[in-house]
Amino acid sequence: MYVAVKGGERAIDNAHAWLAEERRGDTAIAEISVAQIREQLTLAVNRVMAEGSLFDPDLAALAIKQARGDLIEAIFLIRAYRTTLPRFGGAVPIATDNMTCDRRVSATFKDAPGGQILGPTFDYTHRLLDFKLAAEGEVPDATEVLTRQDATPHIMDFLNREDLVQTEPFDDTHPPDLTRAPLELPATRALRLQSLARGDEGFILGMAYSTQRGYARNHAFVAELRIGIVPVELEIPELGFAVEIGEIQITECETVNQFKGSKTEPPQFTRGYGLVFGMSERKAISMALVDRALRWKELGEDFVGAPAQDEEFVLYHADNIQATGFLEHIKLPHYVDFQSELELIRKLRREAAAETQEAAQ
Amino acid sequence: MSEYNFAYLDEQTKRMIRRAILKGLATPGYQVPFASREMPMPYGWGTGGVQVSAAILTPADTLKVIDQGADDTTNAVSIRRFFEKTAAVSVTEATGDASVIQTRHRIPEERLREDQIIVYQVPIPEPLRFLEPSEVETRKMHGLEEYGLMHVKLYEDISQHGAIATAYAYPVKVEGRYVMDPSPIPKFDNPKLEMAAIQLFGAGREQRIYAIPPYTKVVSLDFEDHPFEPTKADHACDLCAAENSYLDELITDDQGSRMFMCSDTDYCASRRRQGHVGVKGTVFEGSAT
Repeated sequence: MYVAVKGGERAIDNAHAWLAEERRGDTAIAEISVAQIREQLTLAVNRVMAEGSLFDPDLAALAIKQARGDLIEAIFLIRAYRTTLPRFGGAVPIATDNMTCDRRVSATFKDAPGGQILGPTFDYTHRLLDFKLAAEGEVPDATEVLTRQDATPHIMDFLNREDLVQTEPFDDTHPPDLTRAPLELPATRALRLQSLARGDEGFILGMAYSTQRGYARNHAFVAELRIGIVPVELEIPELGFAVEIGEIQITECETVNQFKGSKTEPPQFTRGYGLVFGMSERKAISMALVDRALRWKELGEDFVGAPAQDEEFVLYHADNIQATGFLEHIKLPHYVDFQSELELIRKLRREAAAETQEAAQ
Repeated sequence: MSEYNFAYLDEQTKRMIRRAILKGLATPGYQVPFASREMPMPYGWGTGGVQVSAAILTPADTLKVIDQGADDTTNAVSIRRFFEKTAAVSVTEATGDASVIQTRHRIPEERLREDQIIVYQVPIPEPLRFLEPSEVETRKMHGLEEYGLMHVKLYEDISQHGAIATAYAYPVKVEGRYVMDPSPIPKFDNPKLEMAAIQLFGAGREQRIYAIPPYTKVVSLDFEDHPFEPTKADHACDLCAAENSYLDELITDDQGSRMFMCSDTDYCASRRRQGHVGVKGTVFEGSAT
């Protein structure tokens, strides 16, 4: 006698209770606070804000805590929350020359107005485990200097003055919103950049790296990488002018890439652009390289079949929430479709066996 | 959950989805792009179906959710709970009592009526996707009604295997125009696609909605000399003795013994309630659930 398996509801309740316990871990160890995550796991918070497309360090820290440190799960929580929020309007484009730079480096000029600022970077740390961190200790104060009060001009602008770099066409149309309209191809550059900015860091990194290794190579120099705080302004229709509604930290990367030109047009450098919430230069540089690779058509280059050139391939696969959901759904029950394949393969094998037997007789 | 709107989605979003549904019903089998929202459940787990259900549910509706034909599979439970929480609609496991049925991979055995809507969860809405990976290309092919590639694929199956080697998500042509993916239902269910109820298909991740209005002609693709054949396991249900229902196969012991039971759990239970007993079944006792 067989009694059909039931109990989905109870299993789910029990799983959730167990999950909550696992999240808390050993109760003899103090519970981590959202503020601790926000202040001490800043780069994780930054990634969740960037790929969650929501600048809110407190919510990102809460999501990280709830997700037990699984950043893609945390991004998912933020996205699902973000989608329920009302839209008040679009901000005035941020002016990154007005950035208060915490870090600003150029790989193309040894010095430029505004100077090079190394900032709080891992770059020249030797990657040796610091066992002092295992014991709680005070951190020595870093030297302080006053931040630059003037605007810091973009290095690309100096190249532009000589006409050495391609000028971007000015476009002040409101950019499309990937989260409010279905993705339709071909996409504008604004939409591509939007997709890359919220795309998976690992995916964009892999795509960018592939261009460096020869799949649509477009040798990139980092003309400028800057990280800092910029004000965000919103036009208030009732007031008739823009007011500052807050500040965000962003990372901006501008690359100068190999030139195009012809007999009639003198050669000019081309550009790639990356901009990401928070301090996230790996992502910003990757984004600039992929942006440049995707621009082959407008720059009159050949499509060489490289994945990074294929906007459908890049845009359809960059989103880690879409990717992880679909990937992980294959663990859901598929009894019914598997059963139909099972029947089919049995039938095909039966028929094949019968034919072989017939042939032998 | 008062912090969310009825059935979770805001009214603007529902209106956008309803427009896509109406467009879908007006062009049966055509995939309508829609601005799929990020739902609080993962893509690939029914977000398309959930958004369609959310857009059509009214407080007076009775909802049934099945996955693999069963009301008790974990993801069906999870989606049913979502609507209980966000829409407070009444829910049922009885196919006949439901006004809206959300399903993954099955069409119920009981014939659906004109006053019912069935909502399918769709993973990959494009029937040509595995023949042509580019969306730009497949949209063109639908536009030009260029379905030769699909027939070549079915023909290649026959030349290689002696039969069409597609057992689920078997492509259909709707009202003589669009080739459509009926979602990964077993081909056993394909003949039921011509029905009295409204059929809506939602693919969240792929941002597509499509539909089949009641009594629409739905033809499973085939060849004259290799006609379409709905198939199922060659057994009767071991619990309720049904001979014409789609069956799940279970492995029951370490020796690999098998048994077969209806994939549609409500159908099986109601038959047992009526006194049908299969080879390994027991006389039905207990409540209606």
